[in-house]
Amino acid sequence: MKRHALSTRIWHWINAVAFIVLFGSGLTISNAHRYLYWGDYGFDPADAWLAVMRFPSWMTIPQRYDLAEARDWHNLSAWIFALALLFMWIASLINRHFWRDVATSPGDWSPRRWLEVIKSHISGDHEKPAKFNPLQRIMYGVVLGILLPLMVFTGLAMSPGFEPIAPWLVDLLGGRQSARSLHFLAAWALAGFAVLHILLALLPSQWKELGAMITGGKKESRHG
Amino acid sequence: MADTTRRAMLAGMAALPAAACTELAETGPAGDLFDAAEDWHRAAHRALASRQALAPEYAPDERSPDIRGNGSLTVDTPEYREQLANGFADWRLEVGGLVANPLSLSLADLKALPQRTQITRHDCVEGWSAIAEWTGPQLSRLLDEAGVREEANFIVFRCADTLYGRAYYESVDMVDAYHPQTIIAHELNGEPIPEKNGAPLRMRIERQLGYKHAKYLTGIEAVASFDDIHGGKGGFWEDVGDYQWYAGI
Repeated sequence: MKRHALSTRIWHWINAVAFIVLFGSGLTISNAHRYLYWGDYGFDPADAWLAVMRFPSWMTIPQRYDLAEARDWHNLSAWIFALALLFMWIASLINRHFWRDVATSPGDWSPRRWLEVIKSHISGDHEKPAKFNPLQRIMYGVVLGILLPLMVFTGLAMSPGFEPIAPWLVDLLGGRQSARSLHFLAAWALAGFAVLHILLALLPSQWKELGAMITGGKKESRHG
Repeated sequence: MADTTRRAMLAGMAALPAAACTELAETGPAGDLFDAAEDWHRAAHRALASRQALAPEYAPDERSPDIRGNGSLTVDTPEYREQLANGFADWRLEVGGLVANPLSLSLADLKALPQRTQITRHDCVEGWSAIAEWTGPQLSRLLDEAGVREEANFIVFRCADTLYGRAYYESVDMVDAYHPQTIIAHELNGEPIPEKNGAPLRMRIERQLGYKHAKYLTGIEAVASFDDIHGGKGGFWEDVGDYQWYAGI
């Protein structure tokens, strides 16, 4: 078995492109009404829990303010993002990637282990383990299991044409405007993860890992 | 100096996908994909829910304190001012196009029809929402009385207001036209619709975004296609800003 299965690598790069387009076009959509609310309704800035900054044009897709075109990019890449996520989840359950690499065991939840992992990373003397460390398992678990699916479900909950299919979903998320707020928060949590993820991948000690996400890497030894 | 270069480079890197997207959107294939995605949304929504599946309705105490006025906030003509002053006593709603019996209805005629009252949420394409109670006859009732002909594929809504010097109009297909919550509202929260919200008549198309809910309604027209109507894309915002004709997402 290679370090990263072909399905994982295909999903990783498709997801990376879809996420960039979704995030950039999402910032344009955010610029259309820069206030976030909790509950079912909200239109008055006085009722907003957050007044969002206006995102500058170099961050947005498209670069001029064009809500219709941003929605076109957003809604097209949402299909790619959601179907790829579904494909990745099915593949990870079938090829046991999820159980082997992501699912945590009780030992992973020890703050002492986390400190050890961080210390060994800072000192740079950690050996390349065959498996993910506890912090990686937890972070990837939160991203794959919570944040990415939450983007899909909060996105669906904002569609008035989808709502008659599953009105309970909108209620479960606390109402349409709550779904919108959660969509925004999860998007920024994912952007934060992406920045950290890219910075760590660009550390010289990780270059092999970056290559492995493209080629699949060396076959992993069972006892390595 | 070095710092400026580095910052410019970082900004340039971040802007790269945006610039690539702009380039793609302005060439053919991306536009075709956008249109295809719009069809997938409509097909998926209709495959997963029944054609008559209802948008959620709320309890009276769940209404928002107001419903924001957006887009046109009035009709800037002396005729409209006069109508507003006399309580729209002479306002007519014309039902025509591909129908067997064209109708011309007064507000009193519309109020004499069976009424539907619904407390629903209005979602603007910009992102905000408001909840209000709307009352009026179902569009299906008018279409049945007018006798829509087989060749009709869409219902076009004609409006009294103009934006950027162009007449506002909108359209839906027959599924949404015959949906039980598609009503011609004349009351908002138990009162005649205020000027900013589209007095005296406004469409409610509850499974779609706000720009479908045409205000200051003057006419309903059954058509085979909207190729020859204004910009040919089926609605004001569709023509002016290239907004999606199917506004269910």
